[in-house]
Amino acid sequence: MNLFWSIMLATLAKDIRLEWRSKDALNAMLFFSLLVVVIFVFSFDPLAEESRHIVGGLVWVAFLFAAVVALNQTWARELRNQVLDAYRVSPAPATALFVAKVLGNFLFVSVLEALMTPLFVIFYNLHVLGPAWQLIPVALLGTWALVVNGTFFAAMSLRTRSRELMLPLLLFPVSIPAVLGMVAATTSILTGENPAHFYIVLLLTYDVVFTTACIGLFDTVLQAE
Amino acid sequence: MKKAFPILAGLTAIFLAYAFYQAMFVAPTDFAQGDVYRIIYYHVPSAWTAFLLFFINFLASVQYLANAKPSWRRAVNWVVVLLGIVGFIAPFVPQVRAQLPTGMYPSSVATTALILVGLYFLIARFFPEQNVDLLAVTTAEVGVVFCTIVLITGPIWARPVWGIWWAPGDIRLTSTLVLWLIYVSYLVLRRFSDSAQTQKLAAVLAVFGALDVPLVYFSIWFFRTQHPQPVIGGGGSMDPRMLHTLLISWMAFLCFAYLICWSRFQLERLRREVEEAEALESLLETPSSSAQISKARVPLSRGPQ
Repeated sequence: MNLFWSIMLATLAKDIRLEWRSKDALNAMLFFSLLVVVIFVFSFDPLAEESRHIVGGLVWVAFLFAAVVALNQTWARELRNQVLDAYRVSPAPATALFVAKVLGNFLFVSVLEALMTPLFVIFYNLHVLGPAWQLIPVALLGTWALVVNGTFFAAMSLRTRSRELMLPLLLFPVSIPAVLGMVAATTSILTGENPAHFYIVLLLTYDVVFTTACIGLFDTVLQAE
Repeated sequence: MKKAFPILAGLTAIFLAYAFYQAMFVAPTDFAQGDVYRIIYYHVPSAWTAFLLFFINFLASVQYLANAKPSWRRAVNWVVVLLGIVGFIAPFVPQVRAQLPTGMYPSSVATTALILVGLYFLIARFFPEQNVDLLAVTTAEVGVVFCTIVLITGPIWARPVWGIWWAPGDIRLTSTLVLWLIYVSYLVLRRFSDSAQTQKLAAVLAVFGALDVPLVYFSIWFFRTQHPQPVIGGGGSMDPRMLHTLLISWMAFLCFAYLICWSRFQLERLRREVEEAEALESLLETPSSSAQISKARVPLSRGPQ
């Protein structure tokens, strides 16, 4: 267990340091989601009342696309200099690497969301009618759902031709219930029309099920060469 | 294979023709929907066949992953046996029984649970380690074909009956669509992956898909549903003659699916055998013969000068 923590923390610290110095993933994600927001603003020009109903979908679609940009880079970095091969032959537990990667991506996508949310509020004149604090668990659980499966499928698509293309093709179908939960929860909080508890429970179930599955099967995927 | 295939194909054709005759001429016309309803004899059997094939794909994928280690194998077997016992006993518990839709008998649910567990052990018995993955490819491909038929015939039927092509937010429509999407991505993964471990990755994806479908179902369960309740064991409002035709049609579709799966399975097996033989040949090639080949190829590779 001690080994697990030390390896996980070392990998996480390395990833954060790399990102802090290069800011590759974060810059790409930020600019990408900014573009998505601007395109959405041009495509739809809603009133404040309408925007409450659609913005939940727009926000999460923008974050989903942006997350894919970051997730594609997360393992590609390890392919250079055969880092992943070295990891595979070392006795280090594979799950430590996976958990570190997920936590790192979770942090990056959360930063992105924190920076982008004000933009959505400004562009769409948002005014939350429901209990606004519930947006925090929805955001955390939703981001985790995207990131845990995204990291897993990114590792899977490493083994394929045209891997950058492969990740969304694998990730989006499996993410449909999570996206549905996030969008429905966000919309019901923004409009204040019905309670979001059901969707929060759904997201929690999704997170628990898929985190368990990812941790259980990651070793198989990492060793598949 | 060569002898049995035409015989089986002929029998399937006759069976399908008989099912068509039953569906179009013998089954009574529906009181409310008129003749449009007859598409049920293609829509519902395709759906059942597709779900059965996807379920077999899931079982084969689980077995493929479980074959990696003997300890996993034993653990998975015990989990399956345990699930079977729970599935058999649970419908008879009064609290669970109250949750079942009206007209669905506990005994039928219990029997289904036993059949599904039996299917797992049948696959384990008849498909040795290297063939389990062949079964997974075959069932996924054929399942996608049948699922596509469901998704095409559904809107054709829905338009005159409901007045809309597609009901967004309907529980069965959306679950079927997501299932189809997952299996298309499964086939894309198989096509795009070029490592020797494609089979393992595909098996992992199949397990993820199987975890996903109940969640989709659960998430849409919250909305009201437009699709009619399941006909078999769900109210029993169907005319027995219609039910009879529906079951005949399903049997014909199952024969058809079996026929395609079987030939696809043989094809894939032969393809892999050829691939292995080619790989072996290139390994066994003696240096002298390869030198001869390279000598012979020199003028060709230079091309016209």
